[in-house]
Amino acid sequence: MRHLPDDPSRRRLLFGGAALGAGALLAGCTSNADNSNSGNDSQTKVNTGDNAALGKTVTIAFSAPAADHGWIRAITDNATKQAGLYKDVKFTKVDAGKDAPAQVAALQTLIQQKPDVIVLLPQDGAQLTATGKAAMDAGIPVVNLDREFSDAGASRLLIKGDNYGMGLAAGQYIGAKLKGKSDAVIAEIAGIDNLPLTQDRSRGFKDGLAQFGLKVSNRVAAQFTVQSGQDVTTNLLQAATKIDAIWNHDDDQGVGVLAAIKQAGRKEFFMVGGAGSLDAMEHIKSGDTPLECTVTYPPTMASSAIALARLIGQGKGMADLVELQVPKQIVLASETITKDNVDKYLPLGFRS
Amino acid sequence: MIDVATSRPAPSTVERSGWWRSDGSEPVRRNLGLVGVLALLLIVGMVTRPDIFLNGHRLWSNELTVMTQASSIGVITIGMTFVMISGGIDLSVGALLALASVWSTTVATQSYGPGVMILAALLVGTGSGLLNGILIAYGRMVPFIATLATMVAARGLAQKISGKLTQIVRVNTINKIAEWKPLGIPLLVIIFLVVAVLAWVLLNRTTFGRRTVAVGGNAEAARLAGINLRRHTLMVYALSGLCCGIAAVMVTAQATAGSSDHGNLYELNAIAAAIIGGTALTGGRGTVVGSVLGVLVFTQIYNLFIVKNLQTEYQLIAQGVIIVAAVLIQQFRVAALRRPAPPGA
Repeated sequence: MRHLPDDPSRRRLLFGGAALGAGALLAGCTSNADNSNSGNDSQTKVNTGDNAALGKTVTIAFSAPAADHGWIRAITDNATKQAGLYKDVKFTKVDAGKDAPAQVAALQTLIQQKPDVIVLLPQDGAQLTATGKAAMDAGIPVVNLDREFSDAGASRLLIKGDNYGMGLAAGQYIGAKLKGKSDAVIAEIAGIDNLPLTQDRSRGFKDGLAQFGLKVSNRVAAQFTVQSGQDVTTNLLQAATKIDAIWNHDDDQGVGVLAAIKQAGRKEFFMVGGAGSLDAMEHIKSGDTPLECTVTYPPTMASSAIALARLIGQGKGMADLVELQVPKQIVLASETITKDNVDKYLPLGFRS
Repeated sequence: MIDVATSRPAPSTVERSGWWRSDGSEPVRRNLGLVGVLALLLIVGMVTRPDIFLNGHRLWSNELTVMTQASSIGVITIGMTFVMISGGIDLSVGALLALASVWSTTVATQSYGPGVMILAALLVGTGSGLLNGILIAYGRMVPFIATLATMVAARGLAQKISGKLTQIVRVNTINKIAEWKPLGIPLLVIIFLVVAVLAWVLLNRTTFGRRTVAVGGNAEAARLAGINLRRHTLMVYALSGLCCGIAAVMVTAQATAGSSDHGNLYELNAIAAAIIGGTALTGGRGTVVGSVLGVLVFTQIYNLFIVKNLQTEYQLIAQGVIIVAAVLIQQFRVAALRRPAPPGA
């Protein structure tokens, strides 16, 4: 039986029309332009003291891994914005590639161009150490950001956060609140378990709790992603019917953790977060979830690194210190944010 | 004159040996085996955490959680089952889930409300599935390569659209999908069961399903029998893409956020669950019930490890061991099927 010649073309017309309509619908749906949040410049700062005076122009070359999560993106954004605040800084960004060897290659090209200072967040501290040393030997001071080289001689300044301190601060906060309750059920939701930073945080947490005679009763590991946070927390809540406190290492996976808590309808415990994302701070401020505190690992260290790189390039020291040169190593403290001081920290929060 | 009706039809061999030992009951035997594995896991739970597994109320709550966590990967696995039965494979399911999730949670889409968000996820999933189908059926690409390419591209596009940021869902109706428990059963579980029932009907009671099995069993014979191979392949991959879209809505609701990280490793989990459920990698065999049971086995193992406070490394090793065991068992079964049945059996 032959179909009428009209039918296939009508069918194709309908199908084509539907496809076009769907395409138009979807094309209008990819915009992420959000007018409310773009003016957040508070993760940068220019002092008004003596060091603010214009000096010789410093060329700062910056390299960090591609923004694959909010924290790293905040690092690059902060560095760029901070450099833009100075009239005597020329800022160039170098693509770090997708792994350590790619970053090594990019940096070797950079060394040939002879910038005044290099600010570097390595893909991997150990693998970039030789390159850092090479830059130092070529007379270019290197500011090592966050992931440290295996040789202190490979950088002029190391500025990093304090993972152990994060855990310690979280443990002390929980310990102080649950003091005396020796049978307290304390759960820990870690990030990717085979990273040294996770192990440092867990160690700090354990030590912080031990100061109050407490210990971790349930420990699960997620993957720093929202979905994994939700998955492990849902199962964790089944493992223990009554929990007194939870420490979640990372506020980005914390979105999933809080979702699981809401879906299970559990609220008999309080929760501490980690890293200091804007979303977490908003929850702390509004009090609509068990999250009442977070311990920071600030991506503002990138802004500080640029500010200090400029000082190094101009041969100045830090204004409040007596010494004439910038220190060799700065470890930023992990600050505890609660409802009482969250307003001060909100401008420093990063979107994850 | 030729007398055609000379021989009496042979007595049904099925009646002589019993249905239980015949080929027709093989999927049911395999599925019962999986039910046995699940029962074994529950017994392990009873031994290690009697306070949960021997307490009716807590056991119910725990098993509902297992089913809820299985629901999104379960829907993906059902789509994957159709693709695998037809002789293909779809490596892009996790990435398509992420893309659909991201696309449906952008600021622009969220401003149009929950209906548009769900529609966007389903359209992106089905559209991407169609693209897979076009590459494979009309572009004559090998499914492994075509879906590998789509996987990488979709992940990249998801990252571009979201800027690698977590897109929090501000439309409360979507979040409620993961919270609502009509009659005490989570809505996500109901969606999973509805999809499973529809898929079973599609596979076992429609021409589309029968054609899928035919194409997977012997594509050339199917083509000679008049099945439009290219159009059928297109539909199968579009179906898999639709399942990705549905799962994307479920995952987005559960996570209360869209993210380009969603669906990580889902393709491997789906393939593993389908295989231990009896779907052959080479095509032509598979059941919806088996795939559902396969997903439940993996999710139950994961649940057991967390309630017992064990580390994730053990769970990953266990998954690997189970996949190897399942494939080995499959190989023995296939070999047994190829041996000619003894006379009178």
